[in-house]
Amino acid sequence: MKAMTMTQKIIAKHCGMDYVEQGSLVMADLDMILANDITAPLAIDEFEKAGFDKVFDKEKIALVMDHFVPCKDIKSALQVQKTKNFATKIGIKHFYDIGKSGIEHAFLPEQGLVKAGDMIIGADSHTCTYGAIGAFASGVGSTDFAVAMRTGKSWFKVPKCIKFELYGKPKHGICGKDIILYIIGMIGVEGARYCSMEFVGNGIKYLDMADRFTIANMAVEAGAKNGIFEVDDVTKKYLDEHCSQKYEVFTADSDAEYAESYSINLADIDYQVAFPHLPENIKPKEEWGNLPISQVVIGSCTNGRYEDMLAAAEVMKGRKVADGVKCIIIPATMDTYLKCVQNGLAEIFINSGAIISTPTCGPCLGGHTGILAEGERCVSTTNRNFVGRMGHITSEIYLASPRVAAASSILGRLAVPEEI
Amino acid sequence: MIAEGKVFKYGDNVDTDVIIPARYLNTQDHKELASHCMEDIDTSFAKNVKVGDIICGGNNFGCGSSREHAPIAIKASGVSVVIAKSFARIFYRNSINIGLAIVECDMVDKINIDDIVSVDFVKGELCNKTQNWVCKIPPFPQFIQNIIECNGYINSVKKQLGE
Repeated sequence: MKAMTMTQKIIAKHCGMDYVEQGSLVMADLDMILANDITAPLAIDEFEKAGFDKVFDKEKIALVMDHFVPCKDIKSALQVQKTKNFATKIGIKHFYDIGKSGIEHAFLPEQGLVKAGDMIIGADSHTCTYGAIGAFASGVGSTDFAVAMRTGKSWFKVPKCIKFELYGKPKHGICGKDIILYIIGMIGVEGARYCSMEFVGNGIKYLDMADRFTIANMAVEAGAKNGIFEVDDVTKKYLDEHCSQKYEVFTADSDAEYAESYSINLADIDYQVAFPHLPENIKPKEEWGNLPISQVVIGSCTNGRYEDMLAAAEVMKGRKVADGVKCIIIPATMDTYLKCVQNGLAEIFINSGAIISTPTCGPCLGGHTGILAEGERCVSTTNRNFVGRMGHITSEIYLASPRVAAASSILGRLAVPEEI
Repeated sequence: MIAEGKVFKYGDNVDTDVIIPARYLNTQDHKELASHCMEDIDTSFAKNVKVGDIICGGNNFGCGSSREHAPIAIKASGVSVVIAKSFARIFYRNSINIGLAIVECDMVDKINIDDIVSVDFVKGELCNKTQNWVCKIPPFPQFIQNIIECNGYINSVKKQLGE
């Protein structure tokens, strides 16, 4: 049999084929599909306009209300209401509103709704996050989601693949965010356009699941169709703790076809910051300068997990957020939020002068809960620093890890924890 | 099918946040989305765009968020085709799915703002009428052509399902 990458194998399995050629167009069965309060309403319009009245599987559709929640205005409340009414009418099992959920890409793995070997599409670009657990997961639009709700299938061009062989042990304090920003800085925002990014090598054993979720999450920022990690003992432990369903592990063949291969020593990577206005605009610490900042955001589908909260709390413990800086901390799920309260992190954040919001995508996309004014600079653990992404078109976003963001909140400028 | 109009030109990495900022994603109304189209990169676009006009971009057009509101806003603005050197994959998919014409073409570098350009999808030709040159454009795979001929993915699926 011809050699295949992890992605090829998952796609082949879901097409009922032994082999799929890179570049070929295929129709594949889906294990889970998802949408949120922004993308679901548009999909519902399309679904109803088409005259569809049933879905392929009521248990394989997740509708997670996370972007404009708690609803920021009447229009967004209507969007959530519309989605909820649709879920009730059709009988969709996995509808999640505030209080019982969180940001979709942190919430679904936590609940065990996605697993290794799955074929997943989501009407949200960061759906690629689930590659961290060895699934094929890719972002699509509302129409693709609407069709998939009805048919349980979607069309794919089998992607070419770029292999990232990670070796060595990361330095203390360096996390998944630094690694993926380093990679995007190296290959650029379209360096993996239409491709799959496969993360393998003996260095991945040093990366916890939070690191891997962050790395897979930002594969789309390099233009990738999906990012996927090899499943190892760390993945299996996570799946065993969160998911009761059986999962399947796919490993790339040693002679699989790769368009490019990179070998990266994790020990070479320092703290990374992406300057405005592209995630590829990485600058080394010597070039950070002394620009005053007015806001820090720690959270999002990229960096809102408990490990991220813990990293920020370690830096902020017993310290005060600098005068003139607003620090917004957003645990990505209610479980994470509760753990922050139970384990004393909430107290550390509040004592430092930060605020803690309930789970929401809010500020990351300039929706609410931390919109930037004219000229404001924000150090953020989110994923995009495009013009106007978080507010006014003259505002600036610096993408960084939770540790760098936390240190920056204390010093009022871009900073690393060791400077405090 | 032939598209023809005046060119609005932008650079590389035009992201979906500037095509339609998230602050307007609390509506699905196509006209309302169109009224804010390109607002964060070109405040005069929505005011000046006319039916048939063309958007030209560089590499990686439509990168970022998966919001289908982006191609919808462009289509509802009256834009007949988006021409770029390359498209981000979700935007590419979304455009085809909703029936917004897109063309990948390296010659886009030679097209200037306000040029009159026409694209003949049947002949597979792009013509710059202002500068008086013609170039070939690559055809879509058959599967994608079927979607385009059905005027969108939903219609093509309906046809297949017989619903």
